[in-house]
Amino acid sequence: MAAGALTVRTRHARPRVRLMPQLTGWGFVGPATLVIVGLSIFPAVWALILSLRDDNLLAPGSFVGLQNYSDLLDDPDLRAATLHTLLYSVLYVPGSLVIGLPIALALNRPIRFRAFYRTCLFVPYVVSAAATGILANFILDPQFGIVNDLLAGAGIARQGFLQDPSQALLTLVVVSLWGSVGLPIVVYLAALQDIPRELVEAARVDGAGALRVFRAVTLPQLRPATVFLVIWQTIDALQLFDLVYTTTKGQPLDSTTVIVFYLYQQAFQLFHAGYGAAVAYALFVVTLIASGAALWHARRGEAPS
Amino acid sequence: MRRQWPYHLVLMPLSLLFAAPLVWMLITSFMPDAEINAYPPRLWPSHIDFGGYLKVLTEDSYPRWFGNTLLVTAVAVVSHLALCSLAGYGFARLRFRGKGVAFVAIMATVMVPTQVLMIPTFLVFKNLGLIDTLSAAFLPWLATAFGVFLMRQFFLSLPRELEEAARIDGCNRLGVFFRVVLPLARPALATLAVFTFLGAWNDLIWPLIAINSEETYTLQVGLTTFAGARHTQWSALMAGNVLATFPLIVAFVVAQRHFIATMSFSGLKG
Repeated sequence: MAAGALTVRTRHARPRVRLMPQLTGWGFVGPATLVIVGLSIFPAVWALILSLRDDNLLAPGSFVGLQNYSDLLDDPDLRAATLHTLLYSVLYVPGSLVIGLPIALALNRPIRFRAFYRTCLFVPYVVSAAATGILANFILDPQFGIVNDLLAGAGIARQGFLQDPSQALLTLVVVSLWGSVGLPIVVYLAALQDIPRELVEAARVDGAGALRVFRAVTLPQLRPATVFLVIWQTIDALQLFDLVYTTTKGQPLDSTTVIVFYLYQQAFQLFHAGYGAAVAYALFVVTLIASGAALWHARRGEAPS
Repeated sequence: MRRQWPYHLVLMPLSLLFAAPLVWMLITSFMPDAEINAYPPRLWPSHIDFGGYLKVLTEDSYPRWFGNTLLVTAVAVVSHLALCSLAGYGFARLRFRGKGVAFVAIMATVMVPTQVLMIPTFLVFKNLGLIDTLSAAFLPWLATAFGVFLMRQFFLSLPRELEEAARIDGCNRLGVFFRVVLPLARPALATLAVFTFLGAWNDLIWPLIAINSEETYTLQVGLTTFAGARHTQWSALMAGNVLATFPLIVAFVVAQRHFIATMSFSGLKG
C-alpha cells in the first residue's frame, strides 16, 4: 500500500492508514509467509508450466501444449502404477480406521497399563520410513527373516513377502499400517475425550445398551474425526513413496510401482521433467477431487439428521 | 470398576505385537551376524556384541550423516518455533492490510502436494547453486503452514485481557509477545517442536532429490544407501537403525502428554 505518501496529504481529511501497525503486522507474519508461499505457490505455478513443455531435467525443451497429458492417458506403466496405488489405498485407508477406532475405544477406558499400551501402539509412528523399510526387509527376509522362522516353527510354509510379486503390495500395506495406525488412535482418543459425558449417560438412563450407545451417540460424535482421518489417510496413501523406495524400489516385477514412485523415476532417473510434472499435476487434481468428494459427502450426511 | 480383562485380552497381545519388531531390532543390533543368521534362530545373543555399532561408527560416514541431520533438524526446529509463533500471533491478534490474503495463501499451500513441488524446486535450487548443500535440506523446513496454523489456533484460545493489561502498562507488541504470550505458549511450542523434529529428522524424498554426494547425505538418505551397500550385515544395519530412531522415541516419550491436548484445540479433528 502507498500508505505513507497518502497519509501525509490527507492527514486531517479521513481516518489515516497508519504505517506502524502495517509494519508491525508484516514484521510478525512476513518471514513465515515469504518462506511458505515462496517455496510453494511459485514452484506450483512453475510445475504447471513445466507440464506443458517437454523439458529435460538438465536442459530446457520446447512448449508442447497438452501433449504430456494426452501421453499419460495411454501410458500402460502409469496405468499399472495407478492400479497399484488404488489397491493400496483401498486396503490402507479403511484398514487404518478399522484398527484404530476399537483400540482408541479400549484405551479411552480407565484400565491399568493404559500408558504402556498407548506408547507401544504409537511408537512405530515416529520410526522413519527408511528405518521401517530396513527393518521390514530384515524381519520379512524370505531366507533369514524371523517371521519365516516363526512360521516354519508353527508348521506353516515360508512366504516370499516383499520378494513375491503376488504378496509384495499386501505386505507393504501391513507394514504401513504398523507404522501409521498410531495417528488414527491418537486422533480418535482426542475426539472421544471431547464427547460430553452427559450424552452417554442420558442414553444409558434411557435404557440403551453398550452397542446402542456406541451406534447412536459415540459414532456420530466421532464423525468430524473420521472425515479428517479419511482425507488425511487417503492423501497419505495416494502419495506413498518413502516405504516403497526403502523396501522394494517398485519390484518384484514392478508389482509395487506406485504413482509417486513412477513419477520419481520419470523425473529424477530418466530426467523427463515435463512429463513428470504432468503426472504430478494429474495426481494433484485427483487428490483434490477425492478430498472434495469426501467433504461434500460428509456435509450432505450431516444436513438431514 | 467394571471387569477389565476383555480389554487386556485384546490390548496386551496387540501392544506386544506392535513393539516386537522394535525390540527385535534392538536385540539383533547387539548380536553377531553369525548368530542372527543361525538356524534354528536365536532369540537372545550369547554375549552382548558391539560389532554392529563399531562398524557403523567407524567404517562408514554414518557419524557425519548423523551430524548433518542433527544440524538440519536443529535449524528446522529453531526456525519453526521463531517464524511460526511470530506469524501465528500476527494472524491471531494484529490488524494490518493484506492479513486475510496472506493467511489464505498460506493455508492454500496445504493443498499442494510435495510431488508437484519437487521438480520445480529442484530446478530453482539448481539455479541458485544450492543442490548438494545442507541448506537445500533445511530450506523447506524453515516454516510450514501447519506450524503457523497450530500457533494461530493456540493464540486465539488465549484470553486477551492479559495482553491488554500489559499494553496499558506501556509494553509494545514485541514486548507483549515475548514477556506475556510466549511463556503461556509452552505446550503448543513443545508440540510444534516435536512435530518439526519428527518431520525434519525423518524426511527422505526431499534430501534424496536435493543431495547427491555422500558426505552431505542426511541420516535417512545415508541409511538407505548404507542398507544397499551392507546388504545382509544385519547387526550393522540394525545398529544404524537404533541410533537413528532412538532420539525420536526419547522426544516422543518426553512430549507425549502434550500431544492429545494440542490435537483437541488445534482443530485437527475437522
